[in-house]
Amino acid sequence: MITKANKNIKGIIIEGVTLISALIIIAILVIMLLVIFIGGKDHLTWEFLTSFPTEGMTKGGIFPAIYGTALLVIIMSIAAVPFGTITAIYLTEYAKENSVIAKTIRFAVRTLAVIPSIIYGLFGLGFFIKFVGAHIDGAFFGGELKWGQPNVLWASLTMSLLTLPVVIVSVEEALRTVPQDLRAASLALGATKWQTIRKVVIPGSLSGIMTGTILAVSRGAGEVAPILFTGAAYYLATLPGLGDQFMVLGYHIYVLTTQSANVDQTLPIQFGTTCVLLLLTFILNMTAVVLRYRIRKKKNR
Amino acid sequence: MIVDKIHTENMFLYYSTKMALNNISIKIPEKKVTAFIGPSGCGKSTFLRSLNRMNDLIDGVKIEGKVMIDTINIYDKNIDVVNLRKKVGMVFQKSNPFAKSIFENIAYGPRINGINDKNQLDEIVETALKNAAIWDEVKDRLGDSALGLSGGQQQRLCIARTLAVNPEIVLMDEPASALDPLSTSKIEELIVQLKEQYTIVIVTHNMQQAARISDHTAFFYLGELIEYDKTRTIFTNPNKKQTEDYITGRFG
Repeated sequence: MITKANKNIKGIIIEGVTLISALIIIAILVIMLLVIFIGGKDHLTWEFLTSFPTEGMTKGGIFPAIYGTALLVIIMSIAAVPFGTITAIYLTEYAKENSVIAKTIRFAVRTLAVIPSIIYGLFGLGFFIKFVGAHIDGAFFGGELKWGQPNVLWASLTMSLLTLPVVIVSVEEALRTVPQDLRAASLALGATKWQTIRKVVIPGSLSGIMTGTILAVSRGAGEVAPILFTGAAYYLATLPGLGDQFMVLGYHIYVLTTQSANVDQTLPIQFGTTCVLLLLTFILNMTAVVLRYRIRKKKNR
Repeated sequence: MIVDKIHTENMFLYYSTKMALNNISIKIPEKKVTAFIGPSGCGKSTFLRSLNRMNDLIDGVKIEGKVMIDTINIYDKNIDVVNLRKKVGMVFQKSNPFAKSIFENIAYGPRINGINDKNQLDEIVETALKNAAIWDEVKDRLGDSALGLSGGQQQRLCIARTLAVNPEIVLMDEPASALDPLSTSKIEELIVQLKEQYTIVIVTHNMQQAARISDHTAFFYLGELIEYDKTRTIFTNPNKKQTEDYITGRFG
């Protein structure tokens, strides 16, 4: 016979288990952030951010890694944002909603978004370096190895492929928030379709294009796998140009963790680097979330 | 002499396979107000939108027969839709100003026609706003967003925006249906003034409105043009029983 007391105990236990597992999630986040912040806070100095590593990376700062990350996301955005925006414009403005081509493009975008990042890395190595780069060298440099090797350009382009789905989806969503009424008004005034897109649709969705860019930058800044084979370097004494390998925050953490000459001395630097990368992606994501929230609010008005 | 500005002959319109307009033949005179009335779904808006080819934007629309403006069939293959719409402007049911300043809303049309001279634009904007009877209300805040205007003001702004392109015909799709009575009467006064310069075709649900402002009235029902005559005749002495039933409120 089931007494009331028994039933209550069972209910309390189940509720307790679900609550605990939910609390564990919060605990993991808090512990992670606390450990990283406490470990890294002493290193968040202007000097750490602006100086080169010294003495086999056991001292000094992470400036080249910050510089490399910035270079990476800038070149990546220059490639991914216009390309993604144009694709989104095709999907919303030109393609018929349920046409085979629109469905195929959407399927491709969704699939690209779930391909593991290491595979992008391999694709970048095979396509940009071994194919495009090697052919440039063969055609213009008499086979001398210049572009057929890892560098900032190929790493950034590889990264732009990874972030393309993010850009396309964000921009598409933003373009759809521009009311059909406004397109009709513009066309009825004798504007061409392209004039309508350029003067009414794109200005009306600028914040969405911004959101897509920021999300892409934030994703690109944190990923390591795509640049592993395509451009990331262990250590460089000078700042890179387009055709050079480069240091980058994510890979720098990996290097410090696995290849350190002196673990005790490297550990604080590693914490500091992690802290910087975390803050960077966190700030970027928050900005994107706020922008996206404002777009959705506008859409529902 | 009354000149026919728009003239259709045996015009049919299909949405995919469904017939929406059945054999419409009508002559719409220049510089008059012509009203289309009829119950919802009767085809009056569809017909209006076929006069500047806004129906082209809808997939699966097919048109047969002649739709002449002046002496040109606007569905001929060599017609440039963009130029047609400059000549045949349109005001929509819901006011739809761009998220730009009052000035830039009006200047939009002239700008896409390549007019960028500041003095010339100033003049066009002022004239258009005066013609749409809204100049006095907005002249001190041309730089403000058009979205800050009231509904009635927005609709007159949209009319001004259409006039700024210098059309010959202005199509209006229930332009006052979303407005309060005061704004409605302002729009109606405006329409009567506009016919001095433009040929106006207006779709309306409001029969009193058609009676007040139009010179000719066409009654549509189930995709057919049932009766078309001088407004006074339609409202006092209609030929067809269906017209009489509709205007006396027996259905619709």
